[in-house]
Amino acid sequence: MHTQTISQLAHGLRSGQFSSVELTQHFLDRIKRYPELNAYITVTDQQALQAAQQADIKIAAGTADLLTGIPMAHKDIFCTQGVKTSCASKMLDNFIAPYNATVVDKLNQAGAVMLGKLNMDEFAMGSSNETSFYGAAKNPWDTSKVPGGSSGGSAVAVAAQLAAYATGTDTGGSIRQPSALCGITGLKPTYGRISRYGMIAYASSLDQAGPMARSAEDTAILLQAMAGFDPKDSTSADEPVADYLADINQPLQGLTIGLPKEFFAEGLNADMATVLETAIAEYRKLGATTQEVSMPNLKLAIPAYYVIASAECSANLSRFDGVRFGYRCQHPQDLTDLYVRSRGEAFGKEVKRRILMGTYALSAGYYDAYYLKAQKVRRLISEDFSKALSEVDVIMSPVTPTPAFGIGEKLADPIEMYLADIYTIAINLAGLPALSIPAGFINGLPAGLQIIGNYFQEARLLNVAHRYQQTTGWHQQLPEDFT
Amino acid sequence: MSLSANDVNKIAHLARLGIENEDIGSYAQDLSGLLALMAQMEALDTTGTKPMAHPLDQCQRLRPDVVTEQNQRDHFQAIAPQTQDGLYLVPKVIE
Repeated sequence: MHTQTISQLAHGLRSGQFSSVELTQHFLDRIKRYPELNAYITVTDQQALQAAQQADIKIAAGTADLLTGIPMAHKDIFCTQGVKTSCASKMLDNFIAPYNATVVDKLNQAGAVMLGKLNMDEFAMGSSNETSFYGAAKNPWDTSKVPGGSSGGSAVAVAAQLAAYATGTDTGGSIRQPSALCGITGLKPTYGRISRYGMIAYASSLDQAGPMARSAEDTAILLQAMAGFDPKDSTSADEPVADYLADINQPLQGLTIGLPKEFFAEGLNADMATVLETAIAEYRKLGATTQEVSMPNLKLAIPAYYVIASAECSANLSRFDGVRFGYRCQHPQDLTDLYVRSRGEAFGKEVKRRILMGTYALSAGYYDAYYLKAQKVRRLISEDFSKALSEVDVIMSPVTPTPAFGIGEKLADPIEMYLADIYTIAINLAGLPALSIPAGFINGLPAGLQIIGNYFQEARLLNVAHRYQQTTGWHQQLPEDFT
Repeated sequence: MSLSANDVNKIAHLARLGIENEDIGSYAQDLSGLLALMAQMEALDTTGTKPMAHPLDQCQRLRPDVVTEQNQRDHFQAIAPQTQDGLYLVPKVIE
């Protein structure tokens, strides 16, 4: 049961092959069987079984949706009423969310059965899941490797079949990079496409939620349930939601693929280049043509990102003050001591590094040199994409420079870790949609292909990904030790 | 530009963020490295470029000035570290 797609599971539930309670128990058993993966921070087994019973009633009554009764899990960044929502931080280790994120509400309405909350980098700051207060999640393809981050637990849960699908968030690659490293399909939609309400904020002008699943088709089903305008999120996009399945099978004849020469220049790992060339050859067979595009400002995406993201992080994380919720230090001497020690004792090193960086970039005398400059660079990067996407339908690139690296390998040098986000970060600066699909293996580890599209063109991206998955089998590969 | 231990202490104070003494050196080193990375932006001429604060060119939405929130004080204060009579308690500020 655990290897099936959402459509297959929905069919199995409707035709009575298994009940939602049986399916849910099956996934709960698998979660218990593989604790070494450390995918989950919290398992909500009792609630899951209750939700499954409700789902079975709906299915029997014929009032079920496609997602009704299918077990899933949320990244622990989404507020879930009555359930611990830790953001993988000591700061929120005691935080029982008093309300639901809109994403959680929407999936609940669609009949989702939540198995629990998934591991991640602390406050979504990291690319390896190693900054989690609860320890790193492990890559199911090789448990000595990182699963990527920040939505590492989400990618592990889907890849190791500890949930049928998962939610994630992506600020600089946090859905696409772990999806690539764990061999699953992950979509970062257009900024504002999915509500940020109840999603704990890291960098508000970059954060975007999205689905992580086994196939493009599953991803399309999930985006349909998650997307839409939300008056509770002031940056939510008031754009109509497309039918993401309607055109998913359209042939790719005439599709023009842009290949940014800056991404294919020196520095691209030879094995990764081979994976990419093979994928692009497959697309040519499907009727697509390729064209070189140039985006000269891409090389400044990492510096611009780390100014903007750190600045927004330092502002967003000022709400954690030890007064209203979350961790409070013991025996504070005065109010300043309460703030300083509560924050100092409960934030991890990477979070502190980014708060310090952002505070500096926003401080008097430095604002223009860093923050304002970064915002201008951001515009130029965004214009590079607009120009390229006026010439081609989609842009393709690697997701990561290499497959999954070893746990601990890059922890000593934070900048080396940041530089590995080179292919994903610029897309967040521009606010464009992009997805990652499995496109091959390097030394037994999955490698991903990134497909970038124009604003609100998620349906096109899913179509391009789906057609590839109809003629290739990379997305169906499963890690042997967890099947 | 590189930061000294003193700079790090000042920034930490602005952020009301406690950091361990033994970590100050590594923060100074990491932040200096990051600033060197960020200095790469100086090479790009951005004269006349409008800063981009947000990916979508949208205005802040307005709504009718009516109360939409219900009073959930007790619900929200149930997770607070310390409250009394509906108020959040902190160490004494005024003598």
